[in-house]
Amino acid sequence: MARGIKDKVAIIGMGCSKFGERWDASPDDLMMESYTEAIDDAGITKDDLGMAWMGVFFDEQNVGKSALPLSQALRLPNIPVTRVENLCATGTEALRGAVYAVAAGATDIALAVGVEKLKDTGYGGLPERTKGTFEDLWQPNSTAPGSFAQLAAAYAAKHDIPMEDLKRGMAHVSWKSHQNGVKSPKAHLQRTVEMDAILDAPMISFPLGLYDCCGVSDGSAAAIVTTPEIAREMGHDNPVTVKAMQLAPSNGVEMSHNSWDGSYTLTTRIAAQRAYEEAGVTDPVKQIGMTEVHDCFSITELVVMEDLQLSEEGRAVNDILDGKFDATGDVPCQIDGGLKCFGHPIGASGLRMAYEVYTQLRGRGGERQIKDVNMGLTHNLGGIPNRNISSVSILGRYSD
Amino acid sequence: MSDIGITSFGAYIPKKRLNRKAIADANAWMNGALRGMGKGSKAMCNWDEDALTMATEAVRNCLAGADTSPYGKLYFGSTTHPFVDRHNAGIIAAALNLSEDIRSLDVGGSQRAGTSALSEALDGLGDGNTLVVASDARPAKPGSVQEMQFGDAAAAFALGSEHVIARFLSSHSVALDLVDHYRAAGEDFDYALEDRWIKEMGYDIIIPEAGAKALEKAGLTGADIDHFIMPVRQRRLDTGLAKKLGIAAEAVRPNMNPEIGEAGTAHALLMLVDALEAAEPGQKIMVVGFGQGTDVLIFETTEALKALGARRGVKVHLEAGVEENIYTRYLSFRRILPYEWGIRAERDNRTAQSTFFRKRDSITSFIGGKCSQCGTLQFPKSRVCVNPNCQAIETQEDHPFADMPASIKTFTEDNLAYSPSPPYQYGNVAFKEGGNIYMEITDFDPGVLEIGTELKMVFRIKDFDDKRGFRRYFWKAAPADNA
Repeated sequence: MARGIKDKVAIIGMGCSKFGERWDASPDDLMMESYTEAIDDAGITKDDLGMAWMGVFFDEQNVGKSALPLSQALRLPNIPVTRVENLCATGTEALRGAVYAVAAGATDIALAVGVEKLKDTGYGGLPERTKGTFEDLWQPNSTAPGSFAQLAAAYAAKHDIPMEDLKRGMAHVSWKSHQNGVKSPKAHLQRTVEMDAILDAPMISFPLGLYDCCGVSDGSAAAIVTTPEIAREMGHDNPVTVKAMQLAPSNGVEMSHNSWDGSYTLTTRIAAQRAYEEAGVTDPVKQIGMTEVHDCFSITELVVMEDLQLSEEGRAVNDILDGKFDATGDVPCQIDGGLKCFGHPIGASGLRMAYEVYTQLRGRGGERQIKDVNMGLTHNLGGIPNRNISSVSILGRYSD
Repeated sequence: MSDIGITSFGAYIPKKRLNRKAIADANAWMNGALRGMGKGSKAMCNWDEDALTMATEAVRNCLAGADTSPYGKLYFGSTTHPFVDRHNAGIIAAALNLSEDIRSLDVGGSQRAGTSALSEALDGLGDGNTLVVASDARPAKPGSVQEMQFGDAAAAFALGSEHVIARFLSSHSVALDLVDHYRAAGEDFDYALEDRWIKEMGYDIIIPEAGAKALEKAGLTGADIDHFIMPVRQRRLDTGLAKKLGIAAEAVRPNMNPEIGEAGTAHALLMLVDALEAAEPGQKIMVVGFGQGTDVLIFETTEALKALGARRGVKVHLEAGVEENIYTRYLSFRRILPYEWGIRAERDNRTAQSTFFRKRDSITSFIGGKCSQCGTLQFPKSRVCVNPNCQAIETQEDHPFADMPASIKTFTEDNLAYSPSPPYQYGNVAFKEGGNIYMEITDFDPGVLEIGTELKMVFRIKDFDDKRGFRRYFWKAAPADNA
């Protein structure tokens, strides 16, 4: 009987590069930036690493396939490196690989690095890509905003919410993340935006306007993990530990079956329930002190608040407008600016979220530090609402 | 006298009608004479329509959901077949989900391709049942008279020996190399000769002679003809020819030129559909096709005409037109005006032909799966039932999705995605009998989609691969009230 991952692995070091349009940096520069911070934070050297995982989504288009980009950029001592890819959950998957290896006892100390170099592709948004030789024959040539915009009309219709009201809720999501991003020095976008500017922005994919969409960025984030025992030997009395790591990919129901109504993300609901069980969370609103969720678009964050059981069904707009997820609210969401403002270099994003939870748990949040955080949740949604991979992870302190 | 003939008809005319004044306004600076032609409109394909997709819809309208199994032959007449060397009629047969054991033929080479296909199909009918369709999306050079005149449309007939609505009486054909216009292989546009010469040495001589022979074969005189179908745009040429044949002026059918323009090989057949919609039982119809010679066919309507259920012919399409006033949009849809579409249009649409062939039932025939255990409809068909409460393995039977009504479950209008007709509309489409497909939505104006909007499925161009000269077809969701 599996007992889950709770408290079996500690995070002893993390790093994150500056996110943004990094015209100055190549993937190896970005990886070095996050790795150097992480290894310094952990107080170890390269020779202490036993295994590594690298997460990158687009391959030929930016970083390259296989273990080699990481192994060469860091000049790792020929240790095993595995490249992982799972759409927007890629960064979290790199971390999961490292965490499971440590939990299995296969290695003492493991490294996870996520990286993406989007701004060399020549696109404003995400680059065009094939969905597969069969899928290209019939699926729409959709974009990310167009695919996530689907949630909005379905959500409004299901809950009988006028589109103007839903748009206000969505706008508050982005407004709040811009407020937070200002206090986040490594964030891509660090300026506030007025509600009216958000609501009046040019339409990208109805009903998503420009400010409903997250930044497209370059960046990297890294984590170093070990066992709680080794962490204690290294002087971490109450280390940050992994409480849950869950992953739920779609199996075709949302794509082909009418039991899904298009207004929520089915896989998030599944992954969240499993993660709460794994971490022993029974009352998420009370126990989860902060969330970093996959706000690729404002509507995604809005519906995900319900999928994570942080809002009751149909109540997300009210909770959002009431400030429940603002920096001063009950469950602050995207305290670092989120994908919206911190940026979204796909392969790095899951690790960037973990980086912020880790930073907050260690009380290093500076002017954005949240009081009394015991547990933080990260959430990725890779793909599109019809067909996706959701990861939900919970981090906390070992003794809590 | 034979007892074979037409058993059903259908038409398809794209809903967009380009206002000829918009053409004249754009081009009169270089040819002032165009102003005088700037009246009425012409039917124009949406960006995702071509002769093949229109032909498919015309046959679907002709069949009106009837069983396709009796049809063993399919003729596709056009001079704008999208492929010069790929069996166009075979694509239509697959889209219609006809048996693969079918005799199918692309007929082309002249503006008579429609009437010649019809005449050949009738001659070779025997005891079988045949589908004949003619369709054209004719290209015309910007600023030309042809651009003013040419319209896009398709017409289809089912032929057989039971429930015949119009008995085939006789035909006569003439081949004569009178070069009134031509389009050489590889050329984009026609080269047209002088009108008066074509009339005086062509129409005025060839048609009365051939018409008289067809009448004689049927044992009729011109006075017996109730509907005279002469697809010409020139004023009074049709009535003049009727007079030469002894046909009453009132029998001359309207040419629909003011509403839809001249639809090439489809036009005579389109006028025949229009005549059948207007005819009473026991009336005689003469159909003329013209192009380096002529085909003349004579039919007589039967009592079965009134028993034929309502179907989408010409009338409903003429009423369903939507005015288009943007000439540059027409040029772009025609792929004549190369707009700057940005980096997303650079996407490589190479087709893995082996995948396409393996999945042809899904892509062209729009066959999904129906679980024999739980009844769940699903697309694409797969090995494991998608119903989370079933999950049965290897239980899915073929289920055609093309004729099932559907509605919008989710949608967007995407300004970021590349579409030749932005905003790109797509979403989750829920079928009333079950099943959900994330698919492209076409033929809607921006701003009108809603959750629950009623839809029907249409066969359209999915995308182009300009690098390799290929185009892909798939099904899209269109307004349920599309004609």
